Amino acid sequence: MRFGVVVFPGSNCDEDAVHAVRHVFTQEADYLWHKDPDLKGADVVILPGGFAHGDYLRVGAMARFSPIMAAVRAFADRGGPVLGICNGFQILLEAGMLRGAMLRNRTLKYRCEHVHLRVEVTDTPFTCAVRAGQVLRIPIGHGEGNYYAPPEELERLETNRQVVLRYTDPTGRVGDDSTDEWNPNGSVHAIAAVCNAARNVVGMMPHPERACEPLLGGEDGRAIFESIIEWFRAAERSTLPPAVGQATEPAGEPVAGL
Amino acid sequence: MRARVFVTLKPSVFDPQGQTIADALHSLGYTDVADVRQGKYFELDLATDEAAQAKQLAAEVADKVLANPVIESYRIEVGD
Amino acid sequence: MTIDPEIRERHGLKPDEYERIVSFLGREPNLTELGIFSVMWSEHCSYKSSRVHLRTLPTNGPQVLQGPGENAGAIDIGEGLAAVFKIESHNHPSFIEPYQGAATGVGGIIRDIFTMGARPIALLNSLRFGPLEAPGTARLVEGVVAGIAGYGNSIGIPTVGGEIAFEPSYAGNPLVNVFCLGIARQPDLVKGIASGAGNAVYYVGAKTGRDGIHGATMASAEFDEKSAEKRPAVQVGDPFMEKLLLEACLEVMQTGALIGLQDMGAAGLTCSTTEMGSRGGAGVEIDVSLVPQREAGMTPYEIMLSESQERMLLVAKRGREAEIERVFEKWDLHAVKIGEVTHDGMLRVKDRGRVVAEVPNRALTDDAPVYRRPFSEPEYLREAHDLDLDVLGSGLAPVLPRVSTDQNRALLALLASPTVASKRWIYRQYDHMVRTNTINLPGLGAGVIRIKGTERALAMSVDGNGRYCYLDPCRGAMLAVAEAARNVACAGARPLGATNCLNFGNPERPEIMWQFASAVEGLGRACRALGVPITGGNVSLYNETDGKAIYPTPVVGVVGLLEQANRVVSRRFQGSGDAIVLFGDGHGELGGSEYLKVVCNLVRGVPPSVDLVAERALQDLIVALSDDSLIRSAHDCSDGGLAVAVSECCFDRGGMGAEISIAGTRVSNHDWLNDAAALFGESASRVVVSVTPDALASVLERAAVMKVPARVIGQTGGNRLRMAVDGRMVIEHSVDDAERMWSTAVGQYFARRVA
Repeated sequence: MRFGVVVFPGSNCDEDAVHAVRHVFTQEADYLWHKDPDLKGADVVILPGGFAHGDYLRVGAMARFSPIMAAVRAFADRGGPVLGICNGFQILLEAGMLRGAMLRNRTLKYRCEHVHLRVEVTDTPFTCAVRAGQVLRIPIGHGEGNYYAPPEELERLETNRQVVLRYTDPTGRVGDDSTDEWNPNGSVHAIAAVCNAARNVVGMMPHPERACEPLLGGEDGRAIFESIIEWFRAAERSTLPPAVGQATEPAGEPVAGL
Repeated sequence: MRARVFVTLKPSVFDPQGQTIADALHSLGYTDVADVRQGKYFELDLATDEAAQAKQLAAEVADKVLANPVIESYRIEVGD
Repeated sequence: MTIDPEIRERHGLKPDEYERIVSFLGREPNLTELGIFSVMWSEHCSYKSSRVHLRTLPTNGPQVLQGPGENAGAIDIGEGLAAVFKIESHNHPSFIEPYQGAATGVGGIIRDIFTMGARPIALLNSLRFGPLEAPGTARLVEGVVAGIAGYGNSIGIPTVGGEIAFEPSYAGNPLVNVFCLGIARQPDLVKGIASGAGNAVYYVGAKTGRDGIHGATMASAEFDEKSAEKRPAVQVGDPFMEKLLLEACLEVMQTGALIGLQDMGAAGLTCSTTEMGSRGGAGVEIDVSLVPQREAGMTPYEIMLSESQERMLLVAKRGREAEIERVFEKWDLHAVKIGEVTHDGMLRVKDRGRVVAEVPNRALTDDAPVYRRPFSEPEYLREAHDLDLDVLGSGLAPVLPRVSTDQNRALLALLASPTVASKRWIYRQYDHMVRTNTINLPGLGAGVIRIKGTERALAMSVDGNGRYCYLDPCRGAMLAVAEAARNVACAGARPLGATNCLNFGNPERPEIMWQFASAVEGLGRACRALGVPITGGNVSLYNETDGKAIYPTPVVGVVGLLEQANRVVSRRFQGSGDAIVLFGDGHGELGGSEYLKVVCNLVRGVPPSVDLVAERALQDLIVALSDDSLIRSAHDCSDGGLAVAVSECCFDRGGMGAEISIAGTRVSNHDWLNDAAALFGESASRVVVSVTPDALASVLERAAVMKVPARVIGQTGGNRLRMAVDGRMVIEHSVDDAERMWSTAVGQYFARRVA
């Protein structure tokens, strides 16, 4: 399958994502330059980490205006799977493709360390190969990962099961409030990842591409990539019309997504 | 014409930077400063002489780019 | 027109230097030319006080691809690849504006690396501050750390290690030394050269403003009360702009349309044009009215001296200018042609076509003044060397009560002392994982970075010890080289090359110059013996406030190669039931030690002796053992000696302990001091390793063959730290508790109420 990794000026983790895709999971990967609205036949789109446009004004605020975002939005509207990692998550929030907003870490300091995450739902393309409740140990690296949604919005997210990952202690227990020591940034309800209502767009603050090889200190990030690969294979095998990215699909036809 | 846009966090959003500043002021003896909220200030140089037009343009810019409506609200002043 | 003596002085030029300028030009200089000379002849740019000594350093070796003289050094790491690296200081700016001073220091060293055609992949830093308890230090540390993090994280280069020390000596003069390493394919290495008359000279990057004017001269002068007014001399960095520049430059280099590339650092446009011209044996002519400016009404003087950040100068091959412009446009950067290369060896500055300055390049670089400053041994030395341990033991009460009878308390005091304690509070603010190459995370020893596309990895470490150098600069410098190389060896990597950052006081004082000359001598001796030639570096002088100098502080960065990345070793014990082996001999040397400082509040004695032959054998042994996967961990003994080293091996291991038993030393008539000397003495060339029982015999045999003293001193396991001297248990403490003190000590100085 083909992965498309978007590169904004200031993206840093694009090479890391492509390396994981090509060398760890032996799949195809293309760099998608932000000025070019061509997704190059990607089956899944990744918005990687970094500091797109310097994160000037607000994190991810400028990136959403890049030409490629129209194509990414259309891809998502057709049911295409999109994963925003760290800065990518922030961009999806600013673009309105995910609900909520990102604030500065409660401690006001950048944090780079491993955290524990509990998988809350497994019916997204990026968590379908994981057990519900499974605890993953994956690194974070961010200064603005404090996820926020206004109370009504938050309630809706929880009711619709749109919280995908939460920060926990090593046993998978969520802290009592956002000042809990296992919540690295103070995000509400210890939220580390959310999905959209259609469940095909996921944004996560932790970096799964940093935890795919034992040499780097852990492999729990593999679960995210293995999920999307399995999701794609299942979609290929299914009797439903093919999902986006297939060469056989004529442009403009409605597609049954996830 | 100049427009000034003041962007602030909505009251419901916790502002750790503002909190830190308030704490620092308290430790310096300014106990009369009850609270601090931190925001952003923008100056727009607009190619129009009409105040109404300037205000509308500034509002559009604020809505679209300068403020994030999920967590921020804004106020506009026109003139000078 | 004769330049006013006051103006000459404000430009940092002495009367005799001024005379030389007049004779070079054959006339008096105008103000712009004076400015140009003042920055190029400043200590920071010309190395006029240090060159005669630096020339004695070893810079050659079969692995050296590029020695000193270019933007950075380069060594061959096999498979057609080069490691390009250097260390640089940004001390004075960091005192004036901690965040931006440190941030722009990072920006500057990164540019030096990619200017050579290498992609920067790792950063280290060496920081020194006054005591954390003192008012103002915590804020300074926060600013510097935030600046390094802010810049390094944004541009996406991991900060994988470093060192931080706290000493009263640095209170008014913090040291911020930043190291950067990049990788290039050997054929892709680019030089900072201007050649080929008529070739276009391009400017790309941020617009030029008035920031940092006379930054070079500020770095060449001491501080006094007026320093606060010098605030405008600090530049503001933009890591986003630099990221664009980095990607665009690397892309441009792939086109082959480039002749030379140079970044604009200290002394901005002046230094870059001059140096490029000098290296290429050519001249450079530019018109400052073509330089993109972000402030109105800038004069040629200001444009030439500005130190606005994130700007590059490049020379294009004739006929290929359009290719270069296109690449920069893609990244929304504008490369502007501002002049061309000439063959007359002059730096010619025009303003709207009119010549406003004209200076021979060589006068500014190769023919800059070279001083043989007088030096003499300082008077403080004799008294400082006097360390009578008998007197100490009986008379002088240790600062911390009841420590003398309880080595447990001494150990905890050392583990909690900010120089020794865990720096996690600091390094977790650095992104150390971006680029997915980091194998050894910070705090585990040397930084280790894998090289994608190969099985190899590079280990790197920066080390120094101001106290040792204060007591004996020559020996202290040798110990710094030894420690840096040893740290690299302890990761399993063979040390290949070194870079140095020499931080000293005012060289016009003979005692300081003596410190400098001695340190360089020690540096040279150790680099030769340990096979780590100097490939480049930096000198920072005038680190003094109100006449009080810092400790002489040479900081050494060493880079080593691991041919198999998965053979990497860290400091952590790996399992219980492993044998703990000590390589090297301890002689209970307390001179200049952390113990003496923390427990007795003294900086006295002589630093530990160093046998470079023994040190080399030790390093070769560690590398060989890790190559054959015979050791499970390795950690060198430095600050706090053996007891601290063994404790650190137990940390980050979920509370696994160790028990060791060592022979005592007799350094005084006091048992408690003798025990302390055995436990906390800082004798050099010692490494603690852990070995599985099966591998033990091989390990000891190899050590014997390589003539490295080796003895089994204990075993891993349990949950206590247990250390016996001459059969008496003198340290017995919970590992968890010791680890908690060690890991929380630094953070406590920064505790806040928010979150």
